[in-house]
Amino acid sequence: MGILSKEEKIFQAVAHVVLTIGCILAIVPFWLLIAASFSSDAYATKYGYKFIPGELSLEAYRFIFNQWDQIGRAYFITVIVTVIGTALGIMLVSMLAYGLVQKDVPGVKAIFLAIMVTMLFNGGLVPTYLIYSNVVHVKNTIWGLILPNLLMSGFTVILVKNYFTTSIPGELIEAAEIDGAGQFNIFFKIVMPLSTPILATVGLMAAVTYWNDWQNGLYYISESKLYSIQLLLNEMNNNIQYLANNASNLAGVDTSTMPSVTIRLAIAVVAILPILLVYPFFQKYFAKGIVMGAVKG
Amino acid sequence: MKKKKIRWAKALPIYIMMLPGVLYFIVNNYLPMAGIVIAFKKINYRKGIFKSPWNGLDNFQFLFQSGSVVTMIRNTVLYNLVFITLGTVLAITVAILMNEIRSKVANRVYQTVILLPYLMSWVVVSYLVYAFLAGENGYVNNTIIPALGGSTKINFYQEKIFWPFILFFVNQWKGLGFNMIIYLAAVIGISPDYYEAARIDGATKWQQITKITIPQLLPTIITLFILNVGRMFYSDFGLFYQIPKNSGPLYDVTMTIDTFVYNALMNQNNISMSSAAGFIQSIVGFILVMSANGLIRKVSKENAMF
Repeated sequence: MGILSKEEKIFQAVAHVVLTIGCILAIVPFWLLIAASFSSDAYATKYGYKFIPGELSLEAYRFIFNQWDQIGRAYFITVIVTVIGTALGIMLVSMLAYGLVQKDVPGVKAIFLAIMVTMLFNGGLVPTYLIYSNVVHVKNTIWGLILPNLLMSGFTVILVKNYFTTSIPGELIEAAEIDGAGQFNIFFKIVMPLSTPILATVGLMAAVTYWNDWQNGLYYISESKLYSIQLLLNEMNNNIQYLANNASNLAGVDTSTMPSVTIRLAIAVVAILPILLVYPFFQKYFAKGIVMGAVKG
Repeated sequence: MKKKKIRWAKALPIYIMMLPGVLYFIVNNYLPMAGIVIAFKKINYRKGIFKSPWNGLDNFQFLFQSGSVVTMIRNTVLYNLVFITLGTVLAITVAILMNEIRSKVANRVYQTVILLPYLMSWVVVSYLVYAFLAGENGYVNNTIIPALGGSTKINFYQEKIFWPFILFFVNQWKGLGFNMIIYLAAVIGISPDYYEAARIDGATKWQQITKITIPQLLPTIITLFILNVGRMFYSDFGLFYQIPKNSGPLYDVTMTIDTFVYNALMNQNNISMSSAAGFIQSIVGFILVMSANGLIRKVSKENAMF
């Protein structure tokens, strides 16, 4: 690295300034959301949401805490769906991808082509919705939140298949085959452990998709006991009184005093908190997943 | 070449492993593909999707009589065009600047923060936007407008003139990090030798960018551009549904094919109109993807899907 010329120094400074502004723009909405959620309801009603609330209050969070049976349940659904969906998805994708690598098994090429076709043409929402609700019958079951996202897309399968072809030494598999190892053994004991990088990346993307999903709930879930945290947020978008109306009142809370102006912000904060806490540790893998997924589309 | 003799000892376990995935593609993709014929049927739940009677082009007639076709296609295509062009320029600019940052810590912080919005679901983003735009309590109406000397509150969720800008801004806010990362990977991939040689020849930073970086990025830019053109008839449902809160007075500027299909299907229970609109989207989408792929093959073969 030589000494920077004057022009390069200016360039560096411009880059820092622009990126800092970009970062501030990215952060500011979160700041407003969080700050305003700690405002007292009366203050927010009178002066609106502020970056520095004039009157701090925990009333919105106290209300959420009192309604924890509803919100905790939604969290539970989100976690269950994310865990089952991601694990099941990884299994299905990698088993299918492993099959696609076997050139000496008849029919494999046809299956590969059939998967490619799904990337070019799709039936769209209406037939998909009708099939899932009237043929698979996922309406108001937990599967309505899991199945539609399960394989993400044919592209994921091809991504994993390419990893198997390029990064797992063929001799290793052949040696195992000669030793008489069955395909299941080879797959679970050799291929899967050697593929942790790609499976972790695919799994991370799948987990984020499941955690953030509200669309499938919109289509297939109408019973509130199956609401995920995102669906709860979606429902409160339509009906801010939703929490109060469904309050079980076990704790003897007076639901008529719901802090209705700040509650929606507080509940959004509760929903994004886990992502904000975990994300910095996964950022690198997440960026890697994006790059892998995007260019070779 | 050995004669084709299936080694069942190998083939059978492979088939078993592939079976769940194959079944999934049949149910999740192939049945709905066959299901696009309902655009030509009068759906009758008792008879089932595939046994309902045909009704020719009636569904399309209903759709075109509704008067929404022009609006939704116009919005879908125009928003896509703006997102693709301006979005690409922004993403490349930020990627190039990011590549200039030498401090590893600063680089990591910038990347992490700019990518953060991409991790939020559209529902969450709608809450963030609402905190600014809410009619009674929003930040804009209570703080920004009074600061500018205004006194009237704007009812954003009823006033359509603002929404093309809001939607563009929100889309970039959420998606910039994602697009930037892709271009950043391409910028990092450019061989440092080019820059070294240019520096020895006394090229300025600006010349290095316009004469080396941009030309080197061209294959990536063209590929992504064509891929996006292939998706021209699709829109991000979350952006157009959640951010304007599906508000009726805004439909003229917020309705896309996807939100129309959703609203017709789920809120009006109108399968004939939604299936007809969905059919048009699928077919035109297919034609666009095929043409886009054909173009990519000509431009940079290794980036083509097939």
